[in-house]
Amino acid sequence: MSVLPVLRRIVLLLAVPVLLVAAWWAATANSTDFFWPPLSDILGTFDDTWFHGRITSDVLPSLARLLAGYSLALLLGVGLGTAIGSARVLRALLEPSLEFFRAIPSPVLVPILMLFAGIGNGMKVLVIVSGCVWPVLLNTVEGVRALDEVLRDTARCYRMRPHSRFVHLVLRGASPQIAAGARQALSIGIILMVISEMFAASNGLGFTIIQFQRSFSVPQMWTGIILLGLIGIALSVVFQTVEARVLSWYTGLRRSQREG
Amino acid sequence: MTTTPTGAGSAGTSTALLDVRGLRKVYDGRGRGVEAVRDLTFTVGAGELVCIVGPSGAGKTTLLRCVAGLLGCTSGEVVLEGRRVTGPPPGMAVVFQEYGRSLFPWMTVRQNVERPLKEKRVPKADRRRLVREALDAVGLAEAGDAHPWQLSGGMQQRVAIARAVAYEPHILLMDEPFAAVDAQTRADLEDLVRALWKRLGVTVLFVTHDIDESVYLGQRVIVLSNSPTVVLEEVAVDLPDGRDQLTTRSAPRFAELRAHIYKLVQQAKEGHRPAGE
Repeated sequence: MSVLPVLRRIVLLLAVPVLLVAAWWAATANSTDFFWPPLSDILGTFDDTWFHGRITSDVLPSLARLLAGYSLALLLGVGLGTAIGSARVLRALLEPSLEFFRAIPSPVLVPILMLFAGIGNGMKVLVIVSGCVWPVLLNTVEGVRALDEVLRDTARCYRMRPHSRFVHLVLRGASPQIAAGARQALSIGIILMVISEMFAASNGLGFTIIQFQRSFSVPQMWTGIILLGLIGIALSVVFQTVEARVLSWYTGLRRSQREG
Repeated sequence: MTTTPTGAGSAGTSTALLDVRGLRKVYDGRGRGVEAVRDLTFTVGAGELVCIVGPSGAGKTTLLRCVAGLLGCTSGEVVLEGRRVTGPPPGMAVVFQEYGRSLFPWMTVRQNVERPLKEKRVPKADRRRLVREALDAVGLAEAGDAHPWQLSGGMQQRVAIARAVAYEPHILLMDEPFAAVDAQTRADLEDLVRALWKRLGVTVLFVTHDIDESVYLGQRVIVLSNSPTVVLEEVAVDLPDGRDQLTTRSAPRFAELRAHIYKLVQQAKEGHRPAGE
């Protein structure tokens, strides 16, 4: 009985990816186009390209910078966001400037950040922070603003301390919006991880893919692109797992509101 | 119509737990202020159950928020246990009308009841006992691990009451707590409030727009005028202490009191104000 739904899930999950891979395979099977090598060739070079040293020399450094930048952006975004969301004066004061900074695409900041932070890891982490912080910050502000008045009154009546009000009321109450911002920030982070390594880098996924392009190692370049996609899937699965745990109350609440 | 206070608790201020003196609240609007509450003076003695009733828009919620220390008053003062209220005082618990919005949806029922006790730094063993007893008292001993949104409206309000009871307040403020539940649940919850009040000896100030409810629950009913609010009359409810939905509500005296307060509220709606206003 319970095998069928599981089977159904697996089919739903894999149907489109399998079709896409099959289509790619079929379309390029006899390809002689230099830029569109057969998928079999691409997959054949995958192991050679990545699993003989590049995982530790390029992939892990990239991921470490992504993790550092993303975590910093979360910390900064949630910290500033709760402050701005809680204080009307601060909000009125900062909102126009925040909209301005948010509108600037982070890649254009790379040369400027290089001037201040050099061309090392610091610069790349900063680029990631500068892009990831906005969705987290703005969503946190909205989440904190939208906190229920009655819940705030309840917290005051029972004389909740500032610290526990922050943890048990503000952070938890804004967590659905914070998660929405964090999800957006994650995809921005992956993009910026690659872009930050296209300028003045000496290792990393982005750097390696650019090197392959410049040396016309086309199948290797394709493996890099596939690897990026796979990393994206892995990170989003991790994110969804954490989110499902932290926000289980929220999904339950929403479901009960829909049904009630 | 007579305007002399007839309530027992207002006779002497020496035993008053809650003392509201000349309370006035003006909301600052754009350009001009809106006077919601003009002049409210009343007392609630220790261990009393007092209901406040008035037409809708009479500033009942404003009054309660001022008493709770959630709202500053423009003039006059609220004194609780000899101390002037400037913010939510210790020893006070509030049950709001919006049960669905006053419980923390990310906490379980037990965590909701336990949170205020943690804030009060009640030791763990006592905390466990208080939470268990409170959930027992409202008939939700089995629901501790559920989240509030998994419960019906009446059960959610029971959780809010359990939270207030576990907090061991000296005064319990209730702001139209049963306005949003169905009639049968409301009758059960009314009896629950009476039972808890008798058992715990807690002072209760119960705000409602339901005249029957105010007579059924209260030892005394304070009837408010329309806005800007003053006290229209205090009515002592001289019904026997042991009340139940069937006999109390069909007693002739209940009908008289109900009719009297009904008339007052009708007059209040029409803009009648006490002499000298």
